[in-house]
Amino acid sequence: MAKAPAKTEPSQALDQGLAVGVARLTPEKIESTIRTVLKSETGARLSTYVETCIHCGLCAEACHYYLSHDNDPHYAPVGKVKQTLWEMIKQKGRVTPEFIEKAAIIAHTECNLCKRCAQYCPFGIDIAYLMLVVRRIIHKLGCTPLYIQDTAHSHSVTMNQMWVKGDEWPDTLQWQEEEAQAEFEDLRIPLDVEGAEIMYSVIAPEPKFQAQLIYQAAAIFHAAGVSWTMPSELGWDNSDMAMFTGDNEIMGRIKRAHYDAAIRLKVKRIVMGECGHAFRSVYDVGNRWLGWEMPPIPIVHAIDFYYELLKEGRIKITKKYPTPITLHDPCNVVRGGGLHEKARYVAHTLCESVVEMTPNREHNYCCAAGGGAINCGPPYKQTRISGNRIKAEQLFAAKTRGAQVLIAPCHNCHSGLHDIVHHYGVGLDIKFFGDLIYELMEKPA
Amino acid sequence: MHAVYAFVSGPLAWLAFLLFFGGICYRLVRLLWEVNRTEKFIFSYMSWKYSLRSIGRWLIPFGTANWRLHPGLTVATFTFHICLLVTPVFLLSHVVLWDEAFDVSWWTLPDGVADVMTVLVIVCCAYFLIRRLVTPEVKFVTTASDFVILAIVAAPFITGFLAYHQWFAYPVMAIAHIVSGEIMLAAIPFTRLSHMIFSPLTRAYMGSEFGKVRHARDW
Ligand code: SF4
Ligand code: SF4
Repeated sequence: MAKAPAKTEPSQALDQGLAVGVARLTPEKIESTIRTVLKSETGARLSTYVETCIHCGLCAEACHYYLSHDNDPHYAPVGKVKQTLWEMIKQKGRVTPEFIEKAAIIAHTECNLCKRCAQYCPFGIDIAYLMLVVRRIIHKLGCTPLYIQDTAHSHSVTMNQMWVKGDEWPDTLQWQEEEAQAEFEDLRIPLDVEGAEIMYSVIAPEPKFQAQLIYQAAAIFHAAGVSWTMPSELGWDNSDMAMFTGDNEIMGRIKRAHYDAAIRLKVKRIVMGECGHAFRSVYDVGNRWLGWEMPPIPIVHAIDFYYELLKEGRIKITKKYPTPITLHDPCNVVRGGGLHEKARYVAHTLCESVVEMTPNREHNYCCAAGGGAINCGPPYKQTRISGNRIKAEQLFAAKTRGAQVLIAPCHNCHSGLHDIVHHYGVGLDIKFFGDLIYELMEKPA
Repeated sequence: MHAVYAFVSGPLAWLAFLLFFGGICYRLVRLLWEVNRTEKFIFSYMSWKYSLRSIGRWLIPFGTANWRLHPGLTVATFTFHICLLVTPVFLLSHVVLWDEAFDVSWWTLPDGVADVMTVLVIVCCAYFLIRRLVTPEVKFVTTASDFVILAIVAAPFITGFLAYHQWFAYPVMAIAHIVSGEIMLAAIPFTRLSHMIFSPLTRAYMGSEFGKVRHARDW
């Protein structure tokens, strides 16, 4: 309709996966793929969302990309739908390869599927779902950004996100167990213990790059006397990038492996590390694809588990953390799991001073790394950073009120916030809850 | 003129109400049928408690974070929707028509109040129009159909206002008023005015997902 102002584009390097995928497209393939997805994979939900939207723009201010780009309407949630799905529907799938390239970038790197906009649209229109439909189309067209596609490949081949090979996993656990035994003589990382109380699962980047987190978790469970185990084989990784590339079939396979591992071990619950997207996948998405209304086995996020350990006094704190902290509410566990009050209980139990950032709880701003955005890799780093200036401002404000440490109980948030803190020079130290608990807890001799 | 009046207030009115009520039923039944066919899971997540909790919240002016963020729009949209629904139903001259035709009647608004409410609807329509034209995030997603539906809604109120005050060409205005009202009724189920039917349902679904699964507030 009205001529749009030019979009403020972040600088962006070449994405080879996307470029090659787009070069292979033909008009027929685009048209038939879009039509097939719209016709056979979507239904009344999509058409109702598209028809009910009154084009009021009220969702705009929900989105950190919009706020960070000086209210550029291209970044408003509904603006992104206009630039992708509306056009696909209107043209009945007859869009150009260039259009697909743009749609891939918008759906993958300019939306974190954070669902904040669903809280701002008066009708509760789920734009994250609409963006996922776009991603599904992009996936079927073979135009998913390279880096995240690589993680989906890894899921498909190794059933974990990081190409961790079969023996690398138990080796890493054994290595961490030995390291930890220098500190706690009788600590074990129990593998394949049938009938343990909980199965602990992590994302594959932990054994790959951050093995000390497994050490810390083992130390915490050891101190609390938790009956726990980890699977030595498939199903140990709870992460899921296939869910974000629209590769539902792979998503289903890896979630099934994860639940299967827990069932095989006859545990009562799955406790997972401080990761948000994995929680979304195991608690909310994978189960649905596999036909369960809710997960087949209780899923407990680390925040929830730490809450339990602290509340029941199974972990005792030697002293409170003296440095003032501020708490980031990860979308997937707060807007997606309601863990905000428990996170505050944990924070206040551990720390002398908690400075709230605003907005907070369900209304917190996303880190701009989630929804697979950070997994789209280096070509889009600037997209994430320039797209979340508002987060830097929010963090600055908390810092001005005294915060020196930022707690981010989610892996994606952690990495995304690291980039933001670094780029904008915010100067906050970023930590997991696990870091603090390990540091402050009473350690058994 | 009398023949035209008789036609628009007779057969055409029947047709408009038929399209309105029939259309609503048709759209609702079709939606439920479609959901049942392809996305049955939606039913299993629906919860009366959380649906009503969410809808209720959004029906309170300034009750949600976003209403508070847009005070002007919030006042306009609540004023607009309340006046839009209440005025035609409780207008004395409308109730008289029901009384004459079917021998049913109900409480009515004092004419002066109804007049003010009509003006409010028109003013709000003008506000929405200006907002569409000047607010970048709204302008960016505006399509021709948005102006059409705004016109469809504004027309019965503008013509009704002019007809009531009989400033000029009363018979023509009265007929224009009736026809535009009928167009609006008939258009509701088949244009994006259907948000009247669907928005409680989309809100209910999001409210249920947030309440039951996500344990978070969606406002
Ligand atoms: S990033 Fe979040 S607020 Fe923005 S469009 Fe995506 S889901 Fe909505
Ligand atoms: S707030 Fe909702 S209805 Fe309004 S433009 Fe955004 S998605 Fe559409």
